[in-house]
Amino acid sequence: MSFMNIIKRFESFDFEEYFKSVTNSDIQKSLARDHLDPYDLLNLLSGKAQKFLEQMAQKAQKISLQYFGRTIVLYAPMYISDYCTNYCTYCGFNSLTRFKRTKLSLEEIDREAKAIHDMGICHILVLTGEAPAKTPLSYLEDAVGVLKKYFSSIALEMFPMEEDEYRTLKNAGADSLTVYQEVYDQKIYKDVHLAGRKKDYQYRLLTPERGAKAGFRAVNIGTLFGLGEPRSEAFLTAIHARYLEQKFPDVEVSLSLPRMTKAKGGIEPKHIIDDSSFVRFMLAWRLFMPRVGINISTRESENFRDKLIYLGATKYSAGSKTDVGGYALKADDSTVQFEVTDQRSVEKIARMIRQKGYQPVFKDWEII
Amino acid sequence: MQDIKNDMLTLGDVNFQSRLFTGTGKFASKKLIAPMLEASGSGMITVALRRIDPGQAKENILNYIPGSVTLLPNTSGARTASEAVRIARIAREGGCGKFIKIEVITDMQYLLPDNHETVKATEILARDGFVVLPYMMPDITVAKQLYDAGAAAVMPLGSPIGSNRGLEMEPVIKMIIEASKIPVVVDAGIGRPSQAAQAMEMGADAVLVNTAIATSCDPVLAGRAFSLAVKAGRMAYLSRMVEKKVYAEASSPLTGFLRK
Repeated sequence: MSFMNIIKRFESFDFEEYFKSVTNSDIQKSLARDHLDPYDLLNLLSGKAQKFLEQMAQKAQKISLQYFGRTIVLYAPMYISDYCTNYCTYCGFNSLTRFKRTKLSLEEIDREAKAIHDMGICHILVLTGEAPAKTPLSYLEDAVGVLKKYFSSIALEMFPMEEDEYRTLKNAGADSLTVYQEVYDQKIYKDVHLAGRKKDYQYRLLTPERGAKAGFRAVNIGTLFGLGEPRSEAFLTAIHARYLEQKFPDVEVSLSLPRMTKAKGGIEPKHIIDDSSFVRFMLAWRLFMPRVGINISTRESENFRDKLIYLGATKYSAGSKTDVGGYALKADDSTVQFEVTDQRSVEKIARMIRQKGYQPVFKDWEII
Repeated sequence: MQDIKNDMLTLGDVNFQSRLFTGTGKFASKKLIAPMLEASGSGMITVALRRIDPGQAKENILNYIPGSVTLLPNTSGARTASEAVRIARIAREGGCGKFIKIEVITDMQYLLPDNHETVKATEILARDGFVVLPYMMPDITVAKQLYDAGAAAVMPLGSPIGSNRGLEMEPVIKMIIEASKIPVVVDAGIGRPSQAAQAMEMGADAVLVNTAIATSCDPVLAGRAFSLAVKAGRMAYLSRMVEKKVYAEASSPLTGFLRK
């Protein structure tokens, strides 16, 4: 059985009707439980849970403290290629957006990596668009080989691959995989992925499983908030995470909450997720899955990120550049995948974390 | 009265005055570690090898641990015995000494140790000259196997790591204490000084506490509280207090009649 079977089970579930039926008492009962089931999760994701936000936050903070302590792990993203054959209507790198595409040479990757390493970063997330002809496995393998010199943990956010291909990259030195389904609603998925290999919903959906089977020690998933109905998307993301936790007990599962910002050539978000809904989703996830990692990217504002430390976040990107060669090679006006809102340096973010009474952790893994 | 000052715990060739061992994880700041160690008197602290960053002096956790404290590198993150062995060897080559806490966990959801892999790693590392302290799921047969494999102590968990639930495994830990020919260190789950005292009263040779100290609002004070509790529990054990009883018992059942 794969996660596709579970998605199918929810195809006929009337989310709207369920959310309408949730009562205050349902939410209180869910809040009082130690082990939450999927219905508890739905209750806490519902709009009515908004008035219980402080109680949710108090409980989420306690749980996070117990499992993660007063620590936030730092990482940075590194884009090595923006060639892409997909047409995703919401993405700044999509194949119809006209800009000068770049793929870094190994020597350029080395320079970028050194620049990021010199910022104090030990955990790297390496990204590409989906253009296997431009960035074949051999290139990615060599890229990982270069990155290994500078970083103690290498996470990949590329395009869905076969299990064997992931195994090759794992053997080259990568240890983690990030892949967002973008939108779990199959109809919307079809509407926003108009061309390219990414059109295949199921292949993408089963990517985290292929990564886990290949032996990655950590898998990070998420939905891009703004595309589908947010509560049901938040629900299916968490169900997916729990499925992975249970099926692959030796894999650390984490979640991200990217929400859409305007990218060059992209569409306006269909659903706007305000800060309090964002927090509600994050808290509901934490209560549903005490051990799950929660990553917060620089898409979010300084002020907002500062507050999320207390609410169950475990990992922050810092000093991020979302264009290819953005750290050491390029001018500031190059095409970005998404706009970075929190533009503080790694040092400033680390200082902020310390001021909040937390420890910024630069290294919590090493490939051995 | 016994002289508690000479009541040392010997592991490898090191004598420990304090029977409280601590950890480096989850602190709000690495700067809290040294004062916590001082306040608690803890003579050994565990650190995940994977978190050591020798490249950056400011971030290197080892620079925050006083030289007088024995390092207990652990194999956190290891999924197999061979991975644990590799980590242990890297730790020794990196100057972390010959103590090693084996931690092999294959289930990220429950974080319970894999006893099978732990025994395998213990055998290899003990033969290799390490002072091996294996973190284990309480099981009397496995405790014996670890002894045979050359472990310097066994470290059964009190309850799941970080859970603060105390000695939920008490009955099995008691049996291990009773049967073990090597020291028993209760590791994981101890969330209150009273629970640490309870473990020591039972006859544990030491306890290892991290989360409860690190995540308290005042880790230095919490370290001190655990230190006092461990001492109290140890003294209670050494004083050989009588067992708990189900029924009330008059204080002089045999000679009371003489005072009537």
